[in-house]
Amino acid sequence: MDSSKRSGKRLPAAAASAAATAARWNDRHNPIEKAKHWLWVIVRTVLVTGICFVILYPILTKLSIALRDKQDMFDATVVWLPRHLTLENIQTVMDYLRYPEAVTNTLLLSIGTSLLQLVSCALAGYGFARLRFRGSGLLFGIVIFTIVVPPQTIMVPTYLHYRFFDVFGLYGLFTGSKGVNLLESFWPFFISSGLAMGLKNGLYIFIFRQFFRSLPKDLEEAAYVDGAGIPGTFVRVMLPNAAPGIATVLLFSFIWQWNDSYFVNLFAPNYTLLARMLDLLPGAVRPEYVGGISHTSLYLNTGILLGIMPIFILYLFAQKYFVESVERTGLVG
Amino acid sequence: MARKRTISLQRKKAIYGVLFVTPWLLGFLLLMLIPFIQSLLFSFNKLTLNAEGYSLEFVGLQNYRHIFFVDAWYVRTLNDAVAVMVLDVPLITFFSLFTATLLAQKFRGRMLARAIIFLPVVLASGVIAKLDSGNFLAQMIGSASADVEGNYSGLRSIELRPLLLQAGLSMEIVSYLTGAVDRIYQIISSSGVQILIFLAGLQSISPSLYEAAKIEGATGYESFWKITFPMISPLILTNVVYSIIDSFYDNSLTQMIQDSAFGRLDFGVSAAMSWIYFLVISLILTISTYVISKRVFYYD
Repeated sequence: MDSSKRSGKRLPAAAASAAATAARWNDRHNPIEKAKHWLWVIVRTVLVTGICFVILYPILTKLSIALRDKQDMFDATVVWLPRHLTLENIQTVMDYLRYPEAVTNTLLLSIGTSLLQLVSCALAGYGFARLRFRGSGLLFGIVIFTIVVPPQTIMVPTYLHYRFFDVFGLYGLFTGSKGVNLLESFWPFFISSGLAMGLKNGLYIFIFRQFFRSLPKDLEEAAYVDGAGIPGTFVRVMLPNAAPGIATVLLFSFIWQWNDSYFVNLFAPNYTLLARMLDLLPGAVRPEYVGGISHTSLYLNTGILLGIMPIFILYLFAQKYFVESVERTGLVG
Repeated sequence: MARKRTISLQRKKAIYGVLFVTPWLLGFLLLMLIPFIQSLLFSFNKLTLNAEGYSLEFVGLQNYRHIFFVDAWYVRTLNDAVAVMVLDVPLITFFSLFTATLLAQKFRGRMLARAIIFLPVVLASGVIAKLDSGNFLAQMIGSASADVEGNYSGLRSIELRPLLLQAGLSMEIVSYLTGAVDRIYQIISSSGVQILIFLAGLQSISPSLYEAAKIEGATGYESFWKITFPMISPLILTNVVYSIIDSFYDNSLTQMIQDSAFGRLDFGVSAAMSWIYFLVISLILTISTYVISKRVFYYD
């Protein structure tokens, strides 16, 4: 106390105790750290809200447009909330899209392909991860290579392959004709999925390989000691432990098949599938048929909304699993 | 029976390994390798469909000559596709790393924010984007709300441009940045998978590293550049490669390849186009992988 008085600016005792109180208050409440923290919270909230807004904005506009009556389109006071709510647009566009049929077909196709891809990719992934054989490293390199090849490069031969489908010329040998036409059916999708050559299947094999490699080896060894064979170990021990990986691959393959229009247009260009019907919609609702460009836009917006609706509902239920499973799949590393 | 018992586990595993991989291997041979070679063959031939199937007529390099010297659009479209990729991939990588670091933190409503940000992964679709391009009514809503809410005008960067130009930035950089802001929806919607990958990587970094850095007195900014960034750098490589492949999956050039095969029935020309396309993609991938992998840090 004495020394500070003499060396410093000879502060009066009252001022010194005020400074000490201020320092104590500073230590306890730490305003600078707090301000930093809250500033960051505010910045983060603004950013996250902004990004979410950018994503939700088009969906909300579509919802608002789809539900409004035609007279609301020319009412300047109607921006977001329609004055005359109606389901008429949705009804009309459902007719154009042949909605129930298209959704059922797309659903069947997506479920079928994703299950087949799951089986073939899980087998290959496990084979590459744990059942090493000579040349398996090289083959896995080829798997990565298949991810890189754009599907357009092999488009023409693949198309001809399914147009004149024939396994080793056996069919031609017995019937004399030049193969079966498998186009306009689900067979091209199912065959390529069953042989792990469907949409982005290289990626799924990669995910499964990483996942199986991250499981502890003791699991398998315990199963072998207990007398299980290799297939038994795979089905009873490894697969149940790979649930997050399975969920990821199943969801991704379902969603990507649902959204795909490239293979649909290539293999089944006249089938009633949702992607193709949406593709045709602009032709069906041209301005001269429906009475003006704003009516066309009304129907197109409704069509897009209907197109994303089923998958959106699926996502509402599956999103928690979707987000969490990807984090645990070992997609990394 | 006695002989079978002598097979070692190692050998048995190898046999089963071959069996497990067989479906994929069959698929690769039948649906990838053969079409791959056939496609190369077709690109040197003129292919005509007839009742018996198809027939080939060797024409040498004529298809390639056609796409480079006769077709007015091929080279231009290819350039466009590459330019769009070069512009977009850095933006997508940067944006997804940024968003993933935001989402990796703990805050209230995190699950909701994540659910919304991954929505584009689920809803992104070529058909929908095509339908959406001439969206008349949505633009009307945009302009209407501009009048109501002042200067908000359907996600445009009108104010940003003069601001940056007056700050003395060069014209190219400004138009790149404002272009990025204008296309924010496309960038966000094509970076969903990348955000997922980064997020998974961020959560696998051990917290003890950050604790040690904090005790040593590192700020948050320093620990991002000294810990987070090096630890996540292998994933930057993964994401750049993924973004490049993704951007080449569906664009105007793939549409052109498809049209020339099934619209004009020029199968040979289409095959030649797709081969050039494939070579360009491989070249870009090799160069970018080489450049990035020299700077990547591997922890183990």
